[in-house]
Amino acid sequence: MNIEVIVPLVVFLLFTFAIGIWSAKKRTGAASFLHDYYLGSRELGGLVLAMTMVATYGSASSFVGGPGIAYDRGLGWVLLSMSQVVTGYFTLMILGKRFAIMARRYRAVTLVDFLRSRYNNGLVVIVGAFSIVVFLFSAMAAQWVGGARLIESVTGMSYQASLFLFAGAVLFYVIIGGFRAVVVTDAVQGIIMVVGTLIIFTATLIAGGGMNNIMTSLYQENPNLVTPFGADGDLTALYVSSFWILVGVGVVGLPQVAVRAMSYKSSAAMHRALLIGTAVVAFMMFGMHMAGVMGRVVVPGIEVADTVMPELTMTVLPGWLAGIVLAAPMAAIMSTVDSLLLMISSSVVKDVYINYIKPDASENRIRLLSLIVTAAVGIIVVAISWSPPEFLIWLNLFAFGGLEAAFIWPIVLGLYWKKANGWGALAAMITGIASYMIISIWVPGWLGMHEVAMPVLFSLAAFVLVSLLTNRQENEWSPLENN
Amino acid sequence: MSLEEKEKKLQQLTAKEALLGVAIAVGHFIWWFGFAYGLGGRDPQNYQYILGMPDWLFYSCVLGPVLLFVTLWFVVKFVLCDIPLDQEQD
Repeated sequence: MNIEVIVPLVVFLLFTFAIGIWSAKKRTGAASFLHDYYLGSRELGGLVLAMTMVATYGSASSFVGGPGIAYDRGLGWVLLSMSQVVTGYFTLMILGKRFAIMARRYRAVTLVDFLRSRYNNGLVVIVGAFSIVVFLFSAMAAQWVGGARLIESVTGMSYQASLFLFAGAVLFYVIIGGFRAVVVTDAVQGIIMVVGTLIIFTATLIAGGGMNNIMTSLYQENPNLVTPFGADGDLTALYVSSFWILVGVGVVGLPQVAVRAMSYKSSAAMHRALLIGTAVVAFMMFGMHMAGVMGRVVVPGIEVADTVMPELTMTVLPGWLAGIVLAAPMAAIMSTVDSLLLMISSSVVKDVYINYIKPDASENRIRLLSLIVTAAVGIIVVAISWSPPEFLIWLNLFAFGGLEAAFIWPIVLGLYWKKANGWGALAAMITGIASYMIISIWVPGWLGMHEVAMPVLFSLAAFVLVSLLTNRQENEWSPLENN
Repeated sequence: MSLEEKEKKLQQLTAKEALLGVAIAVGHFIWWFGFAYGLGGRDPQNYQYILGMPDWLFYSCVLGPVLLFVTLWFVVKFVLCDIPLDQEQD
């Protein structure tokens, strides 16, 4: 075991405990348990909003997987990773104040609440809640596994002990603290991610003898490494650009991101968040992926992409600094799983239980049930991650793309297109998920783009077509009448 | 101002701000794409280097985000409106 690496991790975990307790205490004065536990009473300020959006979205792939691929492919992958910068402002601007205002009028706690009030269609609610639970559950399990593996590799503890430690910490603060604990820890985790990026980027740059030297070495090894086309010259402009949908504009459709766009306090908070968020995403993506590419010069010959960042960190940094940098991917994983856990819990409690089973449930009952459901979902996921079934890992590959293809148009057109109706939304969700899975399984890389690109278009076409076909005058939506 | 007019104004304002977001994203994409593949498409022998980086990378991924940030700052400062969010309709 490496004590210097473990100490920062333990300090960090203790800190998250404190935030969980603080959040639970802060709730005692809140008017509605449900709004507070799942939305933090809609009082996010600019910095916390920006950080929680970045941290929820940026998962292990930004810190471990992505830079590892950049090591392999060269600067082309840095270019690709920069397609994520658009998320910093686009989600907040496109959903915008209209989403925040409508969500308040509908008293929506979840994304499905919003869809239910907007479309008034039971099937939209069922399909929406079902896809959130299934896709996010598998995504969350995959992240737990990643988090536990990371602790295992850094500390030398067994996989099971690592999982237990990691899961215990996250479950504690999410269960007792709810949304407020999640976003405040996200903000702290976001700051750790920024600091970690700065340290590893600088250290790698120095270890490589400066940018000029690094680029010269890369060019001499293989000129393709410094082009936008990748080491083998196979990263086409079309393929790289299609990532603007998967990790860029499509992020609007992710429920865990969209729900944050209805939880901020004021217009001013949203304005600040889009500035901070854009700067942070740009800095982190460029810094981490460049570090991956530069690492090729510093530590050549690494075969397994996922080991690039841990090995690079251990090589270029002294132990205590390495601990801080390695806390960054752990922070990234924690800040993703905590949000997913709460999303699933809110879907079960609000979208299923209160909507269908017991609409008149008392405040106390809801309170108890929310805590129990959050705990139960968490424990089930941990139990499954103990030895994850292949099906779950397989399903996870479709989680984010599937959710994007399902929800992007029902949210966006629901806000800005008057003729959008429930049947159109339903057609869009089913078309999006189905075509995405079909393309991913049978014709991966179809038309030279990422698999999510075409389903987003199909979903749009289905939405518009079905909405127009089933459109009757009395169905036409106006926010004025709909309250 | 009647309720209907007020609501209509709110609708127009929020739609305008969302469209502005789309316009910025389109400009952002064109800048990112244009410099990456316009300059990066040359033979790597002919690349110029800025701050040690190939010119395409510098313009597309370093200068681009800086200009984007400046644009967003101006938009936030001079264009986006500070409206209350808990606007009830009664």
